[in-house]
Amino acid sequence: MIGSSATEPITVGLFVTCLVDLMRPTVGFATVKLLRDAGCKVSVPKAQTCCGQPAYNSGDNPDTRAIAEKVIEAFEGFDYVVAPSGSCAGMIKHHYPSLFANDPEMRPRAVALAGRTFELVSFLADVLKVENLEAAYDGIATYHDSCSSLREMGVKEQPRALLAQVKGMTLTEAPESETCCGFGGLFCVKYPDISGRMVDAKVDDIIATSADTLLSGDLGCLMNIAGRLHRRGSNIRVRHIAEVLAGMTNRPPLGEPVEKEKPRKEAG
Amino acid sequence: MESTTAAFRENTAKALGDAKLRDALSKLTDGFPASRREAIARLPEFDALRDAARDIKDHVLANLDFYLESFEARVVEAGGTVHWCRTAAEARTAILRTCKTAGAKTVTKGKSMIGEEIAINEHLEEHGIEPVETDLGEYIIQLRHEPPSHIIAPAIHLSKEQVADTFRDKHRHLSPGRSLDEPRALLDEARGELRRKFIGADVGLTGANMLIAETGSIVLVTNEGNADLTYSIPRVHIVIASLEKIVPTLEDATTILRVLARSATGQEMSVYTTFCTGPKRQDDLDGPDEFHVVLLDNGRTGMLGGEFHEMLRCIRCGACLNHCPVYKAIGGHAYGWVYSGPMGAVLIPGLIGLEEAGHLPNASTLCGKCEDVCPMRIPLPRMLRTWRRRQFERRQTSYPSRAGLRAWSLIARRPWLYRLGADIVVAVLAALGRARGRFRWLPLAGGWTQLRDLPAPEEGGTFISRYHLGEHGDGA
Ligand code: SF4
Repeated sequence: MIGSSATEPITVGLFVTCLVDLMRPTVGFATVKLLRDAGCKVSVPKAQTCCGQPAYNSGDNPDTRAIAEKVIEAFEGFDYVVAPSGSCAGMIKHHYPSLFANDPEMRPRAVALAGRTFELVSFLADVLKVENLEAAYDGIATYHDSCSSLREMGVKEQPRALLAQVKGMTLTEAPESETCCGFGGLFCVKYPDISGRMVDAKVDDIIATSADTLLSGDLGCLMNIAGRLHRRGSNIRVRHIAEVLAGMTNRPPLGEPVEKEKPRKEAG
Repeated sequence: MESTTAAFRENTAKALGDAKLRDALSKLTDGFPASRREAIARLPEFDALRDAARDIKDHVLANLDFYLESFEARVVEAGGTVHWCRTAAEARTAILRTCKTAGAKTVTKGKSMIGEEIAINEHLEEHGIEPVETDLGEYIIQLRHEPPSHIIAPAIHLSKEQVADTFRDKHRHLSPGRSLDEPRALLDEARGELRRKFIGADVGLTGANMLIAETGSIVLVTNEGNADLTYSIPRVHIVIASLEKIVPTLEDATTILRVLARSATGQEMSVYTTFCTGPKRQDDLDGPDEFHVVLLDNGRTGMLGGEFHEMLRCIRCGACLNHCPVYKAIGGHAYGWVYSGPMGAVLIPGLIGLEEAGHLPNASTLCGKCEDVCPMRIPLPRMLRTWRRRQFERRQTSYPSRAGLRAWSLIARRPWLYRLGADIVVAVLAALGRARGRFRWLPLAGGWTQLRDLPAPEEGGTFISRYHLGEHGDGA
């Protein structure tokens, strides 16, 4: 492995993503735990904010570059950079290098960072080869393949293989697990009616599985789907996959209040 | 055709409220992808064929002048004529002139997206020539004066009941009591009507799925055989094709055919695949006396070597539409012009202007499914982003968006400011959302909360703050 001898632990810089930082810190803590349990030395640079995707997907490349430079600077010293999101990891891995295509100083640094950046679940499965997770979860879960995880980061079997190690959990597949949920960052607020139709189709597909829990590796999709599930009166529990893999499910599911929490007793 | 692309929001609202359209679209977007999947499962070398098809087109595009000139030379040798047209107007003029020289009153037509692009039907009608669409779907939408809603299934937005109503309305000479309940009855009726037109037409106008440089042939791919009757019966055959349709050899054409129908409908081959070369030869039993190819540029050469270069590989299979969740939600008419879906969102701004078509590249989640299924491996999401970048550079992005982005990026570049703001906002939202764990409504979040609840942030502060205070999470 890059930069690590047999005795020295792998160093990982955690890019926690702005959504996890702001909305769901438990995912960050779960990520730290999973990486530490697997023997990594984890650091969380304080200088991190956002990967720049909102600007990038709005065509604002100068601002994206300014943000990306900060990210590159903050994460240069680690063997690996890991994000609990296919979308933000994909941004660093695939789009940073092309952003700096004409910048001889930044381009090699962007390419080097891209080569060391991973989405959490695939990092656990493919690089750390995690087996025998300690976690348990009482429920029937279905997994939503986020578009960036699936198509940019090649994440498909890894979450299933890891979830198979979680005691007490049954995994059931939704036929349309690979179809976009309609989040799309700013898309969902710019074109709410199209996005609404898409998330409704996603919610129909999830409800039809009879699962009581929805998991995924990207918080943006999860907030979108949870929001629509709740609006439609469903009580399917929504969590980031890292929470379940790390056994950190004491906090209520996404969008549920603390008081209501009687863990693992809610019906699907 | 007049575009309604600028009214994208209104078009979308209308489409989303149309229950019949919703049924039709879900049939399409369930049916074609499933057949495609099965067809590909039966062909292990499919991905290798995609690479080969892409390489063929890349090679052609790098040597376009050479292949076009050799195509022309072969067409002329076979007794045909090539009309080089830079613009839609030039192509319309060339077609009209040829029709007039032939003394044409009726022109039968095979389905052609280039025909739609240059609005040839309207042009012919204005000059007293009747164009008759002979592809069933095109025939139906021609009767209804509608544009196609899908590049390979132009009337896919209609139910069979709507088609029956249209036929009753337009075929007044037939018995009003006839039954049109079965698709078969509709087909038979259209066939009866079209048969007379086929026989009586003076000119046949078709598109071409490919042009073959080594032989001067054109390739016609249909499931109805209508293009064959269109080119073989009338005295004059006009082919309208854009210049990127060229491939070097017959062998190359067959490679592309192997990915085309599989990607489009999941068929191994379309029902009719015809290679036409020049006018009727001495011993031929049928075929046209004259063979004209109208070669259209209409902006294509301007795309060569630029950021939309790869789009010229497109073989118009429709796979990107069939698999697009946005297309599935709104259908083809919402895009407001002749193309639709991801390929339309990339092509239309180039053809009618970014000002007019500004919504299209933005109305996408960039989910990547289109690129995933495109047989020619066209990076459609990257191109949608390119349009967004150009809009931003030309200040066509709306002011609130620009201001919002500016503010966000100013904060995102200053971690201390970001931390300060984040901690305050999160504390406030977490406190407000505590009781329900989510919001049904929040100021400035109307786009989100119109259809969704917004999960409240976790209590206790942001991750970065809590982590650096030594917390380990999960109440620990
Ligand atoms: S862009 Fe690709 S998938 Fe879409 S029509 Fe063209 S070739 Fe087919």
